[in-house]
Amino acid sequence: MNKLIPELKKSFVTALWFAFLTFPILVIKVNTVRNSILWRWGNLAAVFVLTMALSYVWRRLLEKRARGERLFDLSGLVPAKLRGIELKSVFAQKKNSRAALAVLLALAVLFPFVAGMYQTNIVTTALMYVILGLGLNIVIGLGGLLQLGYAAFYAVGAYTYGILNTRFGLSFWIALPLGAVLATIFGIILGFPVLRLKGDYLAIVTLGFAEICRIVLENWNDFSSGPSGISQIDRPPFFGIKLSVPQSAIYLYLITLALVVVTVFIVRRLENSRLGRAWEAMREDAVASEAMGVNLTIAKLSAFALGAFWAGMVGVLFAAKTTFINPASFTLMESVLILCIIVLGGMGSTAGVIVGALVIILLPEYLRAFTQYRMLLYGSILVLMMVFRPGGIIRKVRKSYVFKADGQVEGAGHE
Amino acid sequence: MDLNYLLQLFISGMTRGSIYALIALGYTMVYGIVQLINFAHGEIYMIGAFTALIVATVLNMTGMPGIAVFAIAMVVAVVYSAAYGFTMEKIAYKPLRNAPRLSALISAIGMSYFLQNYVLLAQTSDFVSFPRLIPKFRFLEGLGGMLSSTQVIIFLVTAVVMVLLTLLIKFTKIGKAMRATAQDKTMALLVGININQVIAVTFVIGSAMAAVGGVLISSHVGQINFYIGFIAGIKAFVAAVLGGIGSIPGAVLGSFVLGLTESFGTGYISSDYEDVFAFIILVLILIFRPSGLLGKSQKEKI
Amino acid sequence: MKKRLVILTALAAIALLAFVGCADKGPKTIKIGVAGAHTGDLASYGLPSVKAAELVVEEWNAKGGVLGKKIELVVADDVCKPEVATNTASKLVGDKVIAVIGHICSGATKAALGIYKDAKIITISPSATNPPLTKSGDYPNFFRTIASDDAQAEVDVEFAMKKLGFKKFAVLHDKGDYGKGFAEFAKGYLDAAGAEVLVFEGIQVGAVDYSAIINKVAASGAEAILYGGYHPEASKLVSQMRAKGMKTVFISDDGVKDDTFIKVAKEAAEGVYASGPVDTTKNPLAVKATEDHKKKYGEDPGAFFLNAYAATQALLNAIQKAGSVDYDAVTKALRSEFVETPLGKISFDAKGDAIGVGFSVYQVQNGVYVEIK
Repeated sequence: MNKLIPELKKSFVTALWFAFLTFPILVIKVNTVRNSILWRWGNLAAVFVLTMALSYVWRRLLEKRARGERLFDLSGLVPAKLRGIELKSVFAQKKNSRAALAVLLALAVLFPFVAGMYQTNIVTTALMYVILGLGLNIVIGLGGLLQLGYAAFYAVGAYTYGILNTRFGLSFWIALPLGAVLATIFGIILGFPVLRLKGDYLAIVTLGFAEICRIVLENWNDFSSGPSGISQIDRPPFFGIKLSVPQSAIYLYLITLALVVVTVFIVRRLENSRLGRAWEAMREDAVASEAMGVNLTIAKLSAFALGAFWAGMVGVLFAAKTTFINPASFTLMESVLILCIIVLGGMGSTAGVIVGALVIILLPEYLRAFTQYRMLLYGSILVLMMVFRPGGIIRKVRKSYVFKADGQVEGAGHE
Repeated sequence: MDLNYLLQLFISGMTRGSIYALIALGYTMVYGIVQLINFAHGEIYMIGAFTALIVATVLNMTGMPGIAVFAIAMVVAVVYSAAYGFTMEKIAYKPLRNAPRLSALISAIGMSYFLQNYVLLAQTSDFVSFPRLIPKFRFLEGLGGMLSSTQVIIFLVTAVVMVLLTLLIKFTKIGKAMRATAQDKTMALLVGININQVIAVTFVIGSAMAAVGGVLISSHVGQINFYIGFIAGIKAFVAAVLGGIGSIPGAVLGSFVLGLTESFGTGYISSDYEDVFAFIILVLILIFRPSGLLGKSQKEKI
Repeated sequence: MKKRLVILTALAAIALLAFVGCADKGPKTIKIGVAGAHTGDLASYGLPSVKAAELVVEEWNAKGGVLGKKIELVVADDVCKPEVATNTASKLVGDKVIAVIGHICSGATKAALGIYKDAKIITISPSATNPPLTKSGDYPNFFRTIASDDAQAEVDVEFAMKKLGFKKFAVLHDKGDYGKGFAEFAKGYLDAAGAEVLVFEGIQVGAVDYSAIINKVAASGAEAILYGGYHPEASKLVSQMRAKGMKTVFISDDGVKDDTFIKVAKEAAEGVYASGPVDTTKNPLAVKATEDHKKKYGEDPGAFFLNAYAATQALLNAIQKAGSVDYDAVTKALRSEFVETPLGKISFDAKGDAIGVGFSVYQVQNGVYVEIK
């Protein structure tokens, strides 16, 4: 009870502050033409009441966070029977985890046949971003190179398919590797001039590179049809059969799912390879890693190239899915979105990137119910997620090695 | 193309440059202290402009003289922007002080989305005309329309702000604390500097400058909407990096280089590729000076 | 290994949502989709259409709806991005709308149309001006209540050369699909008519200062500027030109023929020419629509408001005349029936362009657009 008064006081002060803060923009609406003012006092009251309550919740949550407690204890929701079983230990057995993966995959394959076209389409988009996220994760999560121009490689893939398909009738399956390879070459070309740059300087140069690519696409009409874009790109045919729109939505979903599986497999292999360890060493300390024999030039270029590879591939998928591309799809915001995915999901963690992509892409879709408030909510969710889980949804577990008595080394807990 | 044309391009480049500088100064200051690319800085600028618009419209109805309206609108905009900057830091950045740097960046992006949509919903999605708050100067008429009074004001204010900021950072106590915090947070803490306070003050000053920029630039452009902060923010960020992020004279120099490049690129080649010129200059400068024009090249200790 | 569980839960949640989303509410109402940019930088072009559709539907519903059923709007945001537009389109298909008012941007419209075409959903755009949308004949389900870029460019060029007698032009655009499309057609017509195009360039949208490009135009000796794009950039260009004391005539398109342009550019707007649908200020329906908007939302309507208003009216009228929501019947009615709208008495031709939406050139005189006869 004696805590109530100071708490109330704190909330009251916060609410007053926010009432002051939001006063001109929320309350006064001016019409500059007729020079009339609309006073919306109701908003002020709403802000006051809302912030009063929210500030209390906010403080409680921050306190909890500071104590390292879980923010929301969900154990009450688990049936009593299961409560004793440690999920971790169940999944730690290879047999169980494999079974779980198989079930998951089967569910994912069945999904488009159960859900409607809309659900299939948005999940396909989300899966495409899973691949993009995993690709960018190589550059940022593993290599530690802040790259803000990822959309350029994505555009390379999309335009490869768009142009070659509409002008020369090139098929999707040839364009897929071709787009990826072209993007890889672009990745290497970009890699050379920026070898010396670090951190934010690297970020801004890659950003600039992507903007240059986009502006060239906008201006060079003969090549890219400029801002009006390329339309009527073929959806991938199923062994020569032209599919209807809902069918090809399912087909594209399955292709994307297969590519996700392949990407996850390859990326995890890469992570544990010599190259992957070189990237991580470079991220942790470039100078030390160089002293240990890591060739930084090769490590950086390969990170850029391999990251770009996946972007190029998804670009082709993208063009096949939307059947229309124009430079407006490859803006800086697109690169930022992919960056959000990997940071929100958990930098460097494969599972994190997958969850991050699903959240970032599907969230605005499911927030459609809130129509005009959707981007407002989206922004606040980004902030809240970062404040309460700064390491991302699924944090990367760092590699650790346990020395056993007989001198053998056992690797554990990758990811 | 004669000398007169060159001169005109030079002036328009300088105008752009000083506009970028007004925003870039706040950017670079925040970056210097917390190493955060404050994506929402452009939004603070936008909120400053909106606040000034609202205040000026309300005051105009009371029939107050123009110069008083301008002064009051400016002051209120500065106060509100500073308050928004302060609150934003408390909510979105302070809890992330010890988190990975990229997490703070995402938080900033979230904040930027939030503020944009907040103004979109609370005010309007449309462009609104911004009152011409700056009076026309008679003496400029002799120049044949080469310089407008808003341009003159923007030049002057940029210069004044830069000088004041340099003085503040060089000679005051809080300036010293800022420099110490920028160099090494832990050491600053050890010598008794209240880091939280220093960072809060930095955000307040940075945001206040954004508001000054917002009001002046909007009077120059004549219209605002909820999205103006984004593009301005990106350009200012580029300018700040160009000059060496964290360096105050660097931000100003970078802004002028950027503005002049764009202007001459447009004038002598084509505005189709205006941004391309800007980014090519950026890449070239960073390749030869990897930490910007005036940025300190950091020697790595091993 | 906890992560797998998380993924599993996430997927389960998605599946659950999917099923919830599928739940049918029963065809008690006639659903019409309204799609366009409702958030993001282009929101100001998309939101007025939603309001227009709301007003028309409200009016019809007050009179008992159409075919004895109430009309329900399904508003869906596409942020003007093609990739989002395909998802938006499939959402509307899933929601079983029978027609869509939208999309706003030509690019997003193109991406979405493939899906609508397959699902046999009528699409009436208030603002997608890209010529191939109708001219290519690829989209029999597409209609629009706005003239295509080439039609506008032709009107403007003819006016500038014949009526105003100019020979030297600077053609500027905003690098968007609308603006650049217009500018390219304008250049084509100018070249064909033997005029000189001294400057042909795209300007940077959102830039704070355009004095460099203005100086360039001034130095080139062009007599008039033809600008393709929307009013925000146009008013910045015009204000900065006039502030410099430059008197070059400014001629533009439908994107500028918006009252916001005059409000923002103020005295600098005086004398600017812009093409637009034939005089709507005297059309009683247009006056009423604008008044209704002011009453309900407390402000003047925004861009493409009347086009969207006309689109919704034409659609509802066609449904009523067709006597069903059957795709073939409604498209036939759209093509054959004329309807009174704020844009005049309109119908649609075989390709989907509106008939009866005449174009004329306006000039800003004393703060209002006045039709030049």
